[in-house]
Amino acid sequence: MTEELHEDKLKELELTAVKTRELIIETLLEAGSGHSAGPLGMADIFTAFYFHILNHDPKNPNWEDRDRLILSNGHICPVRYVSMALSGYFPVEELKTLRKINSRLQGHPHRTSLPGLETTSGPLGEGLSQAIGIALAGQLDNKKFQVYCLTSDGEHEEGNTWEAAMFAGKNKINNLTQIIDRNNIQIDGFTENVMPLEPLKAKYEAFNWEVLEVDGNNIRAFVDAVRQARAVYEKPTVIIAHTIPGKGVDFMEKDFHWHGKPPNRQEAKKALDELRTLQGKIRSEHQ
Amino acid sequence: MARAFGTFLGRKVQGKMLNSNLKLNPNIFNTDVEQRATREGYGKGLVELGEKNPNVVVLTADLSESTKTDGFEKKFPERFFECGVAEQNMAAIAAGLGISGKIPFISSYATFSPGKNWETIRTTIVYNRSNVKIAGHHSGIVTGPDGATHQATEDIAITRAWPGITIFVPCDAIEAKKTTITAGEIDGPVYLRFTRDKTPVITTDETPFEPGRSQVFWTSDNPQVSIFAMGYMLYQGLLAAKALEDEGINSLVVNVSTIKPLDEDNITELSEKSGAVVTVEDHQIMGGLGGAIAEVLAKNKPTPMEFIGLQDTFAESGKPNELLGKYKMDKTAIIEAIRRVISRK
Repeated sequence: MTEELHEDKLKELELTAVKTRELIIETLLEAGSGHSAGPLGMADIFTAFYFHILNHDPKNPNWEDRDRLILSNGHICPVRYVSMALSGYFPVEELKTLRKINSRLQGHPHRTSLPGLETTSGPLGEGLSQAIGIALAGQLDNKKFQVYCLTSDGEHEEGNTWEAAMFAGKNKINNLTQIIDRNNIQIDGFTENVMPLEPLKAKYEAFNWEVLEVDGNNIRAFVDAVRQARAVYEKPTVIIAHTIPGKGVDFMEKDFHWHGKPPNRQEAKKALDELRTLQGKIRSEHQ
Repeated sequence: MARAFGTFLGRKVQGKMLNSNLKLNPNIFNTDVEQRATREGYGKGLVELGEKNPNVVVLTADLSESTKTDGFEKKFPERFFECGVAEQNMAAIAAGLGISGKIPFISSYATFSPGKNWETIRTTIVYNRSNVKIAGHHSGIVTGPDGATHQATEDIAITRAWPGITIFVPCDAIEAKKTTITAGEIDGPVYLRFTRDKTPVITTDETPFEPGRSQVFWTSDNPQVSIFAMGYMLYQGLLAAKALEDEGINSLVVNVSTIKPLDEDNITELSEKSGAVVTVEDHQIMGGLGGAIAEVLAKNKPTPMEFIGLQDTFAESGKPNELLGKYKMDKTAIIEAIRRVISRK
């Protein structure tokens, strides 16, 4: 069970989230292609998972009682790779191989390429169903692990997502917690212009899910929401996490043009300067 | 590995006959030959697997009865999952189960699974290397009155291109049970193809089945043509071979029940021996068994070939036998193809 978050741990996590963002920028620059906005927006949530919430062992990635973190929207994998490297699944140095030939870090995650990845993902709308399958296997085997499934708001345009939502509601899959990255952007623009999803909360309630809403860039609030979700036994729970795409880099924030492209060298430098001074709040670049 | 062909070559085969080494149904050419649907064999295989292995689970998309998973459902309700009419969800839930130590079988009509959910299976099962068995039912034009929407005639083409998949197309209900059980024992994704209608029982419980092996069911001295058949169409091939024996046309009829990996060596060897080939399937010729064998022979031993199958068209509603006649896939069409290919030698 996820512990309550104490003040000193919170500060540690917030610094790890900044480090995560820096590494995302550096990794994307090196890769030369990939997605920027989503990974930056989800850096706080990934940090919360890998460094506080998950019951896992980076040195034993196939440990059968580990909590499962399923990433459905595989295109934001740079943040997952960075969190995995920082928590000890593989050397940080290996991040430089992202999207390059002979790398374990595929452009979209491939389960059998890298221990610690739970599924293969990228094509949208398929993660929630897989998470249900893993949760069902846990129930059949009387396992206590929790399945967390990260989805995007954009992939709620896929019918498969709602097929899965129906199934989980019907079968009361209570060892499953879904977290929706509600950042309001997708490739072609703002979600509510491309294909309106609201009222998202009411939709999930109608599908027999418990729904929580939270600021996904507030680590304390997010950890509290996960703790609250774990207390619900009657049905599956979804946490709608409102995040700011591109969070931490002023010129990327809330701009859908940054959904699917990496920074160039100048942009990366500007972004790193900003991150290293916590958006001007601290002076030294070496803080 | 001993070869069926080698075994029968080693003996003195007299004339033309069913391969006695395979313990086939001796009544196969009787007009009242026993008829059973391959989907029944699937249902029986699932129950037997379920008894043997507690990790076997079955999923369906609102087609439990017609895909014959209801026997498993009754016996093991806690291991049976009804997904509703949602084939993508069924496939990806199975993918999650399959990477968590379970052996899931997903069952629907092949036009929907692996048709409708093709990319879901590609990503979450095949590329993800999840231990899922995909059972495609109502294959071929013999699905009959339902019409072309429900007649799966491209499923082999779309599954055969997947790296690492194993594909079984059993020739009768008995082999269907054996392929189902074998699929459960193989580690990795498997596609199984079944038909709706009752078809003649060609094999017996004693007939050996080995994945990856093609078997000569009808043997002749000095064969002039090799007939490679897939699924229940093997029976039509046997009828054609029998009809031609009196004319002095010697043939081999080969059951190709593993489409992938294809038994390349045996197919090449038999084709070389007979010098002419006819492929027989209830599927589009393009991308099906005929295409697969043409790939092998073009590489190893170019041989004159004729193809029996659906010729780049959709079929229609009708009775199975009417459809096989109209679309030139029955015994008569096979006999004509044999004559054509021999004349091209």
